Amino acid sequence: MIELSDYLYLGALLFSLGVAGIFLNRKNAIVLLMSIELILLSVNINFIGFSYYLNDIAGQVFVFFILTVAAAESAIGLAILVVLFRNRGSIDVADVSSMKG
Amino acid sequence: MLQIIFYVFAAILLFSAVMVISVKNPVHAAMFLVLSFFSAAAIWLLGGAEFLGIALVLVYVGAVMVLFLFVLMMLDINTDIMRQGFARYLPLGAAIGVVMVVQMLLVIGAAQITPEAGAVVADPDVNNIKMIGQVLYTVYVYPFELAAVVLLVAIIAAIMLTLHKRPGTKRQDVGKQVRVRKDERLKVISMPAEKRER
Repeated sequence: MIELSDYLYLGALLFSLGVAGIFLNRKNAIVLLMSIELILLSVNINFIGFSYYLNDIAGQVFVFFILTVAAAESAIGLAILVVLFRNRGSIDVADVSSMKG
Repeated sequence: MLQIIFYVFAAILLFSAVMVISVKNPVHAAMFLVLSFFSAAAIWLLGGAEFLGIALVLVYVGAVMVLFLFVLMMLDINTDIMRQGFARYLPLGAAIGVVMVVQMLLVIGAAQITPEAGAVVADPDVNNIKMIGQVLYTVYVYPFELAAVVLLVAIIAAIMLTLHKRPGTKRQDVGKQVRVRKDERLKVISMPAEKRER
């Protein structure tokens, strides 16, 4: 039988991998977006686990909305990346701060 | 048996997540992210979320990851420059990751989160899609409409960000064409007729 803590452990490990990915890929904004997707996925796994074990459908509805917002976020993020690449010629995150005084 | 399947898919998910953040080529990273979404969808199916598992494959693998790959292939990225700083940030990133894992595992292990003895399986007579549909269009109808607005805003924002007018390209402006008047295009000049040559 799959326990609730199995879901929670899996979510915790995946969340930490996503956070570590943000630290490791500072030069590459597109892998940064992928790390954010991993973090959102881990949160969704937690929601699914709790929804299953508390027998409450609200968790799944919440995952539905998270998926919607995550899709919108990645679409806008990728659009910003395309504009950044067009203006700077790279997708280095450090280049974004070139407008600061 | 179910537990073994869960652990196999969880192992694949964690392996592909490690590969996403550590592989050199971003296209390979996107492919590993596809693999991790697939494994997560299988785990959601095991957790009784059939609709969301299939929606994850359709929406994420089908749409969002294709968008990622499209942008990756459109941009001409130098992978060598992007790897700079990977080794420098590796100790910090690994340390923070390990600390977060230990903290969360301590909390999860200490809290003894066991809601009921044994999982309460959802009512087998009502399927998962029907259950979601019953609350999504009644209790959560305003969040549902807000989600639609969020998607609309995302469409408009993505188009407006990437739309740009290149100078020097020739394109049709229908508004200008409709607004044009006769005296802007046509000029009547009175000039003497030329003599015919013989």
